[in-house]
Amino acid sequence: MERGVLGQLVVTFGTISLMAIGGANAVVPEIHRQIVEILGWMDAPTFARLFAIAQTAPGPNVMLASIVGWHVAGTGGLLVATAAMLLPSSVLALVCSRGLRRFGDNRIVRVVTLALVPIALGLMLASGAVAALAADAGLFGFAITAATAFVTYRSKVNPLVPMAAGTAVYVAAWSAGLL
Amino acid sequence: MGALETATEAGRPGLPDLFTGFLKIGLMGFGGVGPVARHIIVAERNWLDDRAYAELMGICQALPGANTVNAAVMLGDRFRGAAGALTCVFALMAMPLLSLVALANIYDAVSGHPLAQVALTGAAASAAGLILGTAARLMAKAGLARWAWLMAAAAFLAVGVLRLPMLPSLLVLVPLGLAAASLGARRL
Repeated sequence: MERGVLGQLVVTFGTISLMAIGGANAVVPEIHRQIVEILGWMDAPTFARLFAIAQTAPGPNVMLASIVGWHVAGTGGLLVATAAMLLPSSVLALVCSRGLRRFGDNRIVRVVTLALVPIALGLMLASGAVAALAADAGLFGFAITAATAFVTYRSKVNPLVPMAAGTAVYVAAWSAGLL
Repeated sequence: MGALETATEAGRPGLPDLFTGFLKIGLMGFGGVGPVARHIIVAERNWLDDRAYAELMGICQALPGANTVNAAVMLGDRFRGAAGALTCVFALMAMPLLSLVALANIYDAVSGHPLAQVALTGAAASAAGLILGTAARLMAKAGLARWAWLMAAAAFLAVGVLRLPMLPSLLVLVPLGLAAASLGARRL
């Protein structure tokens, strides 16, 4: 395992950690840009597949960093990328938590939330768009993406259900020779 | 007073209690930890009441990073200091990371197989739809003002369509958002 790769994971995810407004689902485009386009550590379809696997695992959505780290540098990479993604934002949370306890100023929190929520939502849409393009699944793939998006939008079913259904339909279409 | 002042009087939970609570949140959060986190923190363990939990999540949303991780940091710190924060985050991440390693190993074993390739491509297309659908649902529920819709559109355009680097995009968008929000908040 190269030391340079681990160091790069620290730098990449350590900075992305502080940009993750609304969690890792906001920074998929930036992770893609750095890992695929700048560092060239994997191609776009591989990135999209790792993203899908991170979505299937239980737990908070920071695990895209974990699985990218694992893919480029094994277990060491997984631990380093996860820690780099968690540490800066957690330290900030700790500092803010103690500061707020002292000052108890909710107006600042309200204004910051009001400002960040729309940006976070726009970034989340961007993440979905970048992931859909990276998947490179063809026209039928876009249909699957649209259908999964529609079901997720309309119903409160566990997200794993539309995801499993979309995968199954895609595999069935391929087996039937439609792709 | 903020969320961090208003826990129910059940007393300060100890490190083992925090550990098992967040271990459970991590383990049960298939397809999103949000609802599970609320259930355990409010209903099962009585660490916070509903209002305090809502305030806590409000603060977590205003910070970068996953909401549940930030909640783990803040609750852990509140009850047991830095050691508590570390315990909660470690407990929250332990089981998800183990499942991720298992999934990653399965991926490694099968990714060369043509059928697995197809399934993973289908899963990737579906996962993208999941994010798009979730974003759309949250947007519909958020009750955004007109300026907020513009901010959301600008963020999407900059990062999703023009594929601009995120840091400079945020350095423009966040101050704009803060300015608009403080003007809007004054009017409330």
